[in-house]
Amino acid sequence: MALYEHIFLARQDVSAQQVEELTNQFTEVLSQGGGKVTKTEYWGLKTLSYRIRKNRKAHYSLLNIDAPHTAVAEMERQMRINEDILRFMTIRVDELEEGPSAMMQKRDRDDRDGDRRDGRGDRGDRFGGDRRPRRF
Amino acid sequence: MAIRDLTTTQARRPFQRRRKTCPFSGPNAPKIDYKDVRLLQRYVSERGKIVPSRITAVSALKQRELARAIKRARFIGIRPYAVQ
Repeated sequence: MALYEHIFLARQDVSAQQVEELTNQFTEVLSQGGGKVTKTEYWGLKTLSYRIRKNRKAHYSLLNIDAPHTAVAEMERQMRINEDILRFMTIRVDELEEGPSAMMQKRDRDDRDGDRRDGRGDRGDRFGGDRRPRRF
Repeated sequence: MAIRDLTTTQARRPFQRRRKTCPFSGPNAPKIDYKDVRLLQRYVSERGKIVPSRITAVSALKQRELARAIKRARFIGIRPYAVQ
């Protein structure tokens, strides 16, 4: 069976409880298709970088999946139908991550320190322009 | 070709720039992960654009991987496509 990382975004109006139900519902779909979910993470309600279907925030969930592709395709089909799901992304990976993902680790640390540590500011919108590439 | 180019520029210039190495190569290099916003943040400009590898000195192979990671992060809404 193939290994996948799956992230889905649920609408901001649904409760964390409902997101958990959704997760269970899709886990069930996968297990019916002969797969299993090795890890689930709920990242919480996060602010989106841009609006998606008029939502400014979304509930993020991550599933680590070990399932045949037919099961994943079925889950994705149901996700497309479900109106609470804003967006999802499935990525096939060679090996699944153990332990908490980068997103969960970051939570304990300070959420925002200086955005840019290097002194290189944004020079307009061009990198070097027409000059020939410089080599450092 | 890059090596020869470098030596000629060094001969011409009184001050020498140290050649930077790829931050994703070598031991204990960070793993490129689309979920790691803070890692990706270092390789995008303030406008949200991907910074070219000639500035960040990321190797070509890793730059491709990095670009893919940034684009994935954009798709799931944890990184902006464009700021403003």
